[in-house]
Amino acid sequence: MSGVGKVTGFLSRLTRKAPPPARAAVAGPERVEADPAPEPVVSTKALRKFVGALRQCPSPTLLDLGPVLGPNIQYFGEQLGCKVIVEDVFESLDRFEEEGRPSDLPAFLETRFPQPAESVDGILCWNLFDFLDRPSADVVAAHVMRLLKPNGVLFGMFATDRGAEARFTKFVVVDDDAFRHREYSRPRARRAAMQNRDIGHLFGELRVSDLFLLQTRVREVLFRKPGYRLNK
Amino acid sequence: MWKRDESVRPTVGREPVQPTAPGGAAAHGLETDLRRPGDVRDVVNIGKSVVIKGELNGSEDLTVEGYVDGTIELKDHVLTIGPHGRIKAEIFAKAVVVLGKVNGNVTASEKVDIRDNGSVEGNIVAPRVAIAEGAHFRGSVDMQRKPEAVKPPEAPKAETKPVAQAPNGSKP
Repeated sequence: MSGVGKVTGFLSRLTRKAPPPARAAVAGPERVEADPAPEPVVSTKALRKFVGALRQCPSPTLLDLGPVLGPNIQYFGEQLGCKVIVEDVFESLDRFEEEGRPSDLPAFLETRFPQPAESVDGILCWNLFDFLDRPSADVVAAHVMRLLKPNGVLFGMFATDRGAEARFTKFVVVDDDAFRHREYSRPRARRAAMQNRDIGHLFGELRVSDLFLLQTRVREVLFRKPGYRLNK
Repeated sequence: MWKRDESVRPTVGREPVQPTAPGGAAAHGLETDLRRPGDVRDVVNIGKSVVIKGELNGSEDLTVEGYVDGTIELKDHVLTIGPHGRIKAEIFAKAVVVLGKVNGNVTASEKVDIRDNGSVEGNIVAPRVAIAEGAHFRGSVDMQRKPEAVKPPEAPKAETKPVAQAPNGSKP
């Protein structure tokens, strides 16, 4: 019996399939070179709806609050035809933490967004609000609500618990249904896990159009700014 | 017997330069030189110690390792900002490769390539944009193909017919 079990185990090891290769990045000649470290590919539910909303705009303008990524620029800029504005708030957060004056961040963020009101069709917040303290979050949320056009969409991710090993993560768009997670910078504890009602209060002028709870215990939330778009 | 005239031979390892800085461009410490006036090379280098303030026009590829403040216009050629290059200017070129620092808007008819450790703060208009991991960028990227967008703004001329303009003065 034990011999049969050994043979079966040996055969199963022989026939075990290799792990599937990582999904291909966004097609394009300027593809970022593959990082030797494995980067998990995680599915997303809200991105497809976010992209769908952008596709309805004739010349959408997108504001990205995360770090600039070549594949994302190609995806949103070249494939979707968006004008992409990059305002890396993570970089500001990191810099103020390093300089030992995180309390100055809200005042800095007040002047961080020079764009005119209602000039943006979509905003990518990623998981920024997991790392901001409440005063900074209030400032960024106020700017976000100001910048969005009527019917504009906001994409955000919110963890359901405090992650002890949280790191800033770059979300590289693979396609409409998947991100590749690329960790960077030093570990940084999340400030807090916001409750749904807190998120609702934070973006008081917006309404939640979709909320997905993923298996990764992350909530993906799509907000829309109420109003009617004028056809220009 | 047929010995080459060494006096006109360019120095190996140094590129000749065509300084094209009309409009009051002031160059200090130009470390490159013209070896042979008739010899037109494809690539021009502006060295680390060179400071140019004003309008920089050219009809050949250009590599900048120095400091330029003003406007750079290389309509049909490639502009490379070297690792030591510091640009505070509006840039118009066929293709722009950034390894140094650029503060200003960049317009390219073909491609903008921000390499690792390259930095751009400004708005980019180009049909293709590549941004490497580790590059710094703040501004906007517009990749829609707008033929008129790659042309630098021209001053109105007296002999040209006036073009209908929007009330706010923007181009139609």
